[in-house]
Amino acid sequence: MKVSLFITCMSDAIYPRVGEAMVRLLARYGVQLDFPKVQTCCGQPAFNSGYWDDARATASTILDAFEDSDFVISPSGSCTGMIHHYPKLFENDPVMLERAKELQSKSYEFTQFLVNVLGVTDVGASFPHKVTYHPSCHGSRLLGVKDEPIALMNHVKGLELVPLPFAEDCCGFGGTFAVKMADISGAMVTEKVDHVLESEAEVLVGLDMACLMNISGNLRYRNEPVRVMHLAELLYEGVK
Amino acid sequence: MSTTGTAGTVKERADLALNDDFLRKAVRFTTERLRNGKKKASEDHGNWDDWRERGRQIRLHTIAHLDYYLNIFTENARANGVHVHFADTAADAVKVALDIAERKQAKTIVKSKSMVTEELHLNHHLEKIGIEAIETDLGEYIIQLAGETPSHIIIPAIHKNRYQIADLLSADAGETLAPDTTVLAGFVRKKLREKFLEADIGMTGCNFAIAETGSMVLFENEGNARMVTTVPKTQITLMGMERIIPSWTDLEVMATLLPRSATGQKLTVYMSGITGPRRSEDGDGPEEMHIIIVDNGRSLQLGDPEFQELLNCIRCGACLNACPVYRHIGGHAYGGTYSGPIGAVLTPSLQKNVGEWDDIANASSLCGACYEACPVKIPLHDMLVYLRRRKVEAGHGNKIESIGMKGFSAVMGGSKRFRTILNLGKLGQKLVVRNGEIRTKLGPLKGWNTYRVTPSIPKKTFRDSWGTIEEEIRNGLQEMDPAVRSRMEAAVKNRDKGGHGHG
Repeated sequence: MKVSLFITCMSDAIYPRVGEAMVRLLARYGVQLDFPKVQTCCGQPAFNSGYWDDARATASTILDAFEDSDFVISPSGSCTGMIHHYPKLFENDPVMLERAKELQSKSYEFTQFLVNVLGVTDVGASFPHKVTYHPSCHGSRLLGVKDEPIALMNHVKGLELVPLPFAEDCCGFGGTFAVKMADISGAMVTEKVDHVLESEAEVLVGLDMACLMNISGNLRYRNEPVRVMHLAELLYEGVK
Repeated sequence: MSTTGTAGTVKERADLALNDDFLRKAVRFTTERLRNGKKKASEDHGNWDDWRERGRQIRLHTIAHLDYYLNIFTENARANGVHVHFADTAADAVKVALDIAERKQAKTIVKSKSMVTEELHLNHHLEKIGIEAIETDLGEYIIQLAGETPSHIIIPAIHKNRYQIADLLSADAGETLAPDTTVLAGFVRKKLREKFLEADIGMTGCNFAIAETGSMVLFENEGNARMVTTVPKTQITLMGMERIIPSWTDLEVMATLLPRSATGQKLTVYMSGITGPRRSEDGDGPEEMHIIIVDNGRSLQLGDPEFQELLNCIRCGACLNACPVYRHIGGHAYGGTYSGPIGAVLTPSLQKNVGEWDDIANASSLCGACYEACPVKIPLHDMLVYLRRRKVEAGHGNKIESIGMKGFSAVMGGSKRFRTILNLGKLGQKLVVRNGEIRTKLGPLKGWNTYRVTPSIPKKTFRDSWGTIEEEIRNGLQEMDPAVRSRMEAAVKNRDKGGHGHG
């Protein structure tokens, strides 16, 4: 069975350690990820801004990359969520529409695959730190990934999961929103970081590097030492 | 400080709000109370998603057969003795209302809360012909004194704290009133009693119109709508053409969804069902009753698969209370009658000319909290994207952004170009990277870096390292557990086209 890594452009370019952690963690279960290099970006920036022709040009690289994969796994609920929009994006092209539906049905966010397909909730990790969790909007609301990360963290030895006040509130990233509506986005991320600090956690964990880049960007701007990690990184660090 | 005003761009209006600490604190305080109330009320009730789905189905069905139910409603209302009028445009609706008022030689009109009359700017038109229109909902009364418009669908004065309200009401009273809720509400109650008694016309909105009996139903908490609909001799009700539901049985579902979603109440304090004017055996009620059914852009959504569900809205305000953008900028920044996520979609959708929309649909991070909060499951986050696309398709996109997106698709349309750009980025960033971070506020990084630092591109991207990682993995790969293998095979076998776990 061919299990492919949909790295997402952001993890590819800026956070390769997240992709590496996923690959090495899944290898412990005998899953050898394949990485088709023709993939680039899911097209979400263009899609969400209304430039659907540009979004289709980009989305085509993803459809090509995973044509013969059985599973497509990504470290982002938002980019996997974008694949769920492909049938709408290609609704007027019957051939592409079929390919889009096929890809949608085999795409998984990382914890969905680990917990719901492989049936793993205890990776045998140890991580003796106070951790808080930000549930990213697209993963939790659009893909319904809510219990999976919690189940994984509950099985990590020594990990103390502390509540994040207003956890379900968006961090303010929203792709081009953060640039176009910079001051609204800035107010949102500032409040999110206030809540992270209020939680007194040493580590903030999430499932989407775009949101985490936004939050950690504000933490670093304020010179706050909270460590920011993708859950795959945390789990892999815990079993190494 | 007032932050009312619809001039300027969304950004300019949002900046006013972002710099108004009173407003932000007041909005945060009340929206938090309302959404916590909603959470508790919906959890206590149980099976909330089933109720939402039931509500959605009732609304979908009604809107799909709107012509049918509007006919039934109109026939039944007329049989009850109601004068029913249809108005295509805002101007038509205003004319019908003014004609009735003039015929009745009205001097004073008392109003209960109605967003449709706000949409029509009816108070302004009444004033112009010398008729005093008095808002009798406490929040609306405050807003009217302040010369503002509502900044929330159900809590019009949400952006004001009680000290600001005490100042406004003290000026109205001609004496200093303590900033105490009981004192302030007591003053307004006394003042409005006189107005109810002297008014010539009572004017209301409509929460639901029941087709099977031609009745209109009002939900309220202060009793003012009941005064408005029983004391004056003439009643005028304005309703959006989509307010219909088929039956009283359907109202049970709506009465379960609306107060819980709006304020977290299990039941609204006053729920009035009004079926025609006063009959001879009635103790009170208007002698003459008019219902004005308003289109004003609503039929633009009928038959449009991307926007028809907008007509399902029951105006509960839950999406405003859940919205993290509304939380920071309040309602006036949206620049229209309706604010929050529903306003960001409804305001442009009610307009024919796509080019006239400002960038209100951009004031969203597309987080989907509105959809999750909506009692009838309107996919507002998707509609915001469709609005953006329609604006671009109509040639009204932002020029710089449009060039940027061409560049984006050129780079991302092929992995070789993507890789080249990454390598160029690694070189180019050397000018600005310090300790792995970029802090400059120049050029395109200004907005982002005013609140954050930007991470740099590492020496090796994932695709640069893949060869090495792959080889190491291959050499040390574990044998796959047969149980895991069979789970994966089962997942492939049971896979339905159309996906898994997508809301």
